[in-house]
Amino acid sequence: MENKNFKTVGQPLRKKDAMALLLGKPAYLDDVTPRDCLVVKVLRSPYAHALIEEIDASVALKVPGMVAVYTYRDVPQKRFTMAGQTAPEPSPYDRLILDKRVRFVGDAVAILAGESEAAVNKAIKLVKVRYQVLEPVLDMHTAKDNPILVHPEENWRSLCPVGSDNKRNLCASETSGDGDVEAVLAGCDEVVEHTYRTQACQQAMMETFRTYTEMDPYGRLHVVSSTQIVFHLRRILANALDIPRSRIHVEKPRIGGGFGAKQTVVAEVYPALVTWKTGRPAKMIYTRQECQTAGSPRHEMEVRVRLGAMRDGSIRALDVYTLSNTGAYGEHGPTTVGLSGHKSIPLYTGGLEAYRFSYDVVYTNVQAAGAYRGYGATQGIFAVESAVNELAARLEMDPVELRKKNMVREGQTMPAYYNEVAGACALDRCMDRCAQLFDWEKKFPVREMGDGKVRAAGVAMAMQGSGISGVDVGSATVKLSDDGFYNLTIGAADMGTGCDTILAQMVAECMDCRLEDVAVFGADTDASPYDSGSYASSTTYVTGKAVEKACLELKEKICALAAGMLGCQPEQVEFAGRAVRRLDGKGEVSLAQIADRSMCGNGLALQATCSHSSPISPPPFMVGMVEIELDRETGSVRPLNYVAVVDCGTPINPNLARVQTEGGLVQGIGMALYEGVTYTPQGKILEDSFMQYKIPTRLDMGRLRVEFESSYEKTGPFGAKSIGEIVINTPAPALAHAIYRATGVWHRRLPITPEKILMGMEEK
Amino acid sequence: MEITLTLNGKNIRAQIAPDTLLLDFLRQQGCLSVKRGCETSNCGLCTVFLDEKPVLSCGVLAARAAGHQVQTLEGLQSEAEEFVGFIADQGAEQCGFCNPGFVMNTIALLRQNPDPTDDEIRAFLAGNLCRCSGYEGQLRGIRAYLDWKKRGGADCGE
Repeated sequence: MENKNFKTVGQPLRKKDAMALLLGKPAYLDDVTPRDCLVVKVLRSPYAHALIEEIDASVALKVPGMVAVYTYRDVPQKRFTMAGQTAPEPSPYDRLILDKRVRFVGDAVAILAGESEAAVNKAIKLVKVRYQVLEPVLDMHTAKDNPILVHPEENWRSLCPVGSDNKRNLCASETSGDGDVEAVLAGCDEVVEHTYRTQACQQAMMETFRTYTEMDPYGRLHVVSSTQIVFHLRRILANALDIPRSRIHVEKPRIGGGFGAKQTVVAEVYPALVTWKTGRPAKMIYTRQECQTAGSPRHEMEVRVRLGAMRDGSIRALDVYTLSNTGAYGEHGPTTVGLSGHKSIPLYTGGLEAYRFSYDVVYTNVQAAGAYRGYGATQGIFAVESAVNELAARLEMDPVELRKKNMVREGQTMPAYYNEVAGACALDRCMDRCAQLFDWEKKFPVREMGDGKVRAAGVAMAMQGSGISGVDVGSATVKLSDDGFYNLTIGAADMGTGCDTILAQMVAECMDCRLEDVAVFGADTDASPYDSGSYASSTTYVTGKAVEKACLELKEKICALAAGMLGCQPEQVEFAGRAVRRLDGKGEVSLAQIADRSMCGNGLALQATCSHSSPISPPPFMVGMVEIELDRETGSVRPLNYVAVVDCGTPINPNLARVQTEGGLVQGIGMALYEGVTYTPQGKILEDSFMQYKIPTRLDMGRLRVEFESSYEKTGPFGAKSIGEIVINTPAPALAHAIYRATGVWHRRLPITPEKILMGMEEK
Repeated sequence: MEITLTLNGKNIRAQIAPDTLLLDFLRQQGCLSVKRGCETSNCGLCTVFLDEKPVLSCGVLAARAAGHQVQTLEGLQSEAEEFVGFIADQGAEQCGFCNPGFVMNTIALLRQNPDPTDDEIRAFLAGNLCRCSGYEGQLRGIRAYLDWKKRGGADCGE
């Protein structure tokens, strides 16, 4: 590990917007966009699968204040995807803004726009629709090659070779591997083979999906949206509305949480269509119920693991097959599934001789899935880490020792991770430190507490990536302004994570100035340099590097201008933070003087824009350990302590990295224990509000303790990798492990509710 | 219908539809700190004070506030400023959308119980959901503030 003495990087500084947010200042979409605009709502399908035979909005339009009702007849007939991905998108072009065929309970049937919410609420009940109700495909196991097709249409299109076939309900499929898995498995003493299932969890960000649209004075569609992906959004809206991209301008205000949900264009098309057609400002604010039923949740997956090992605990082969349910549309379907193998199997690169990873992603008539923190890795890691814990139990080995024997180590090539080398990996140190902090030796043994209560512990490891290798582009513009302060302009989206601040910390580090001397602006498609957006744990690693490069370039320009002022050559000066000095000591000019000079008779812009893309995606690593108290009388589980030690490379801002970790752990605990997603036999989601869909409160997560064991990633800015997603990956397998320890029952299907625990114990 | 009430210390007279929720009324009045996170009184984001008691404004009709005192975070800036810096010092504000409700309820807690234990803090704020922070940083912030108060409020976290 390189020991660098940074000034601003590595400091636990306040987020630049912290005080404004804490004091409730207007900052979010509905605070900063006009109230006086059309209210947009969507009439949604009550059926999981149906054809609209007739739709009559004439009565609805008579409601005073109603301005427009649009149906499938009013929208472009070109299919597109709402997935916020770099073009050509791996997600199939399978959507219309409104379609004659509705594909899940909640699918859009009509778009209504009116002068007031009351008018639209009244009108929405008056739209008469006659459906031809069709039999749905609700079970992902029977979806592939089912005669009932979710997307029978001829203009369905896949832009990338992802193994998709709409005539087979197949959104994607692939097999990859290294070595002869069957032969190695045949030679193993033990083969653990089980299937693990994860549910379609909701991101449940506190601010629901929302978008405001208006026509600007130049006749362009101005879109303000709570989005992680301003540039992808511009392209997707252009595709959806079938208008030139040049006619669209997108910006984002503060975002009330995203977690990947806002990497999909969920709400934007509706007000955009209304404004484009009427010329009037419009706003769509999703209800919580819409978020729960017509959002963009985690892909439900079933992961079958075959893990081959010897009696001494050496893991020799992993065979993973994932069946992923993309629901009615394919947003992020072909890509999330890849992580279920490619970000779980490499954890055991240690002595792995062979692996195989294959998958099918199927269409069904349920809510379409999308991107959610962890993006498939969460699902795969639950399966593989659980299988490893089952192996430890079978071999009667300490699961910590078992992992130390097999885990990936720094310098190893990871065949299952696109043959990338683990160039910076402190997973071993994370394990040692976590075991020490948690007091694993004392807490792993099952302890009877009396009254039917028992305490037990579980462990899991995790990895993720840092951006999408060879694809993601991060950019930054750094400019010297009056008085010698800097403007940093980015296209990445701070959704609460603090990227505006950590990127400004990098500017402060490079330019040797204070954090207050850096003003951050973003993201705006007209003003920001191109950035893929904030997803795939890319912002710190990819955009951060672009910031570093832009600063270097700007320094050269500043020195060039200063050299002119000092009457010497650029090589004869040095940049010294608040000033540029002649190396011979014969004078200096302050940054403020240089900035002023740049605004008078000057032809050299003191501004630099750099882009960055990385051919690799260095994984962060972590270990999580949980102690629970389980009540054998009621089946209830209380997490008592959760200890996590993370290797995210250099934490640029340890406070923000810590809170990211704590937040991810608690989301993971919710997914593991109670965030249920169940459907009626007709395909309607039961958990459609926070009344039924329970996310953790502060009484539910016990005590969290987070530490960092940092490796130094040479290709990252200041040695950084990523933090945003990995942190959600350990709770499910660690909790399932602890629950097994307490009850003797393996739960392979999330969420592990008290009911399942109790029934599991009875069946045993 | 017409209602009169005191909003953040000012007397207000307004025409409202009888079914207007206090949450929507307050936002119409420019109190944009008041946020909606759900429609089922489950998230705590819309917490305001009705006669100094915290209520969920999504579950109260504006008409019910007639003749009463309503306070939002807009009216409690200086009281909030004293402790929210300690939350900021933890980075626990995160996306911030739940912050106003959380800050309001923390003010209510501290007025009622100036020296709460960690468990009392957790119990009082249990109805304030946050999806970003994992809650631990909020607790650290409140704890740091209470410690600072005990030290006499010197050496501020700023």
